[in-house]
Amino acid sequence: MENNNGKIRKMMIILSKGTLENVYAAFVLANGARMEGIEAEMFFTFFGLEAIHKKKLEHLHVATVGNPAMHMPTMLGGLPGMESLASIMMKKEMEKIDMPDVHEFLDILSASGVKLWACKLAMDMFHYKKEDLYEGVDAIITVGDFYKQSEGEGVHMLMV
Amino acid sequence: MNASIAGKEFTVNEEGYLTDFNQWNEQIGESIAAGANITLTPRHWEVIKYLQNEHKSQVALSIRRVGKSGVVDIKEFYALFPNAPLKTATKIAGVPKPASCI
Repeated sequence: MENNNGKIRKMMIILSKGTLENVYAAFVLANGARMEGIEAEMFFTFFGLEAIHKKKLEHLHVATVGNPAMHMPTMLGGLPGMESLASIMMKKEMEKIDMPDVHEFLDILSASGVKLWACKLAMDMFHYKKEDLYEGVDAIITVGDFYKQSEGEGVHMLMV
Repeated sequence: MNASIAGKEFTVNEEGYLTDFNQWNEQIGESIAAGANITLTPRHWEVIKYLQNEHKSQVALSIRRVGKSGVVDIKEFYALFPNAPLKTATKIAGVPKPASCI
């Protein structure tokens, strides 16, 4: 095996959460890797599947409860409509800095050559089918398949 | 850092980007491209000219913006300039490296 002197060759990014901030963090990391000439693959598991579920990906929210960085009292964050309000405000800010929405971001990732994998176990658990998913998803694979994809020098794994 | 191609002197920063776009010419662009193992075709030149025009209009460049330009889509952009297309293409075009995360 060749010695790559510590260079990052590929990023394997696991997304297990469906909150807007986690989804964007994972997307920015994957896209940022490709922009630097680093390969990137994403594994969507558990609530991370929401980010590639056709009907759900447009309706992701930021977490207003249990998120101290929101600087909002927990009781207030739990009020009806609070998550929607916070999400609308966040999406407005994102548009200002030229951040694409979730669907467009998936298009960018797909066109940039990021591999998009859905976790088989989580798909079964949520009773999702391939046709429920964003069309750019490469395949539904097992965790074993994902490890297989991660073989080689200079591969780093990250859980978001 | 000074560099010279075909007798013409120009200055680059530590990453190899021209520090003054006025020093740029097509030969310099071709030479930087050759360093990245890219042979420039008319399609490459269309993208390079677009990047230079955007730079002149002081537009902040990003992959998303390039993809929406109508000049090239993201897939082709990656195909034309493999390995870090925005960084490589701006270097060839003689414009500064975009400080963009998207």
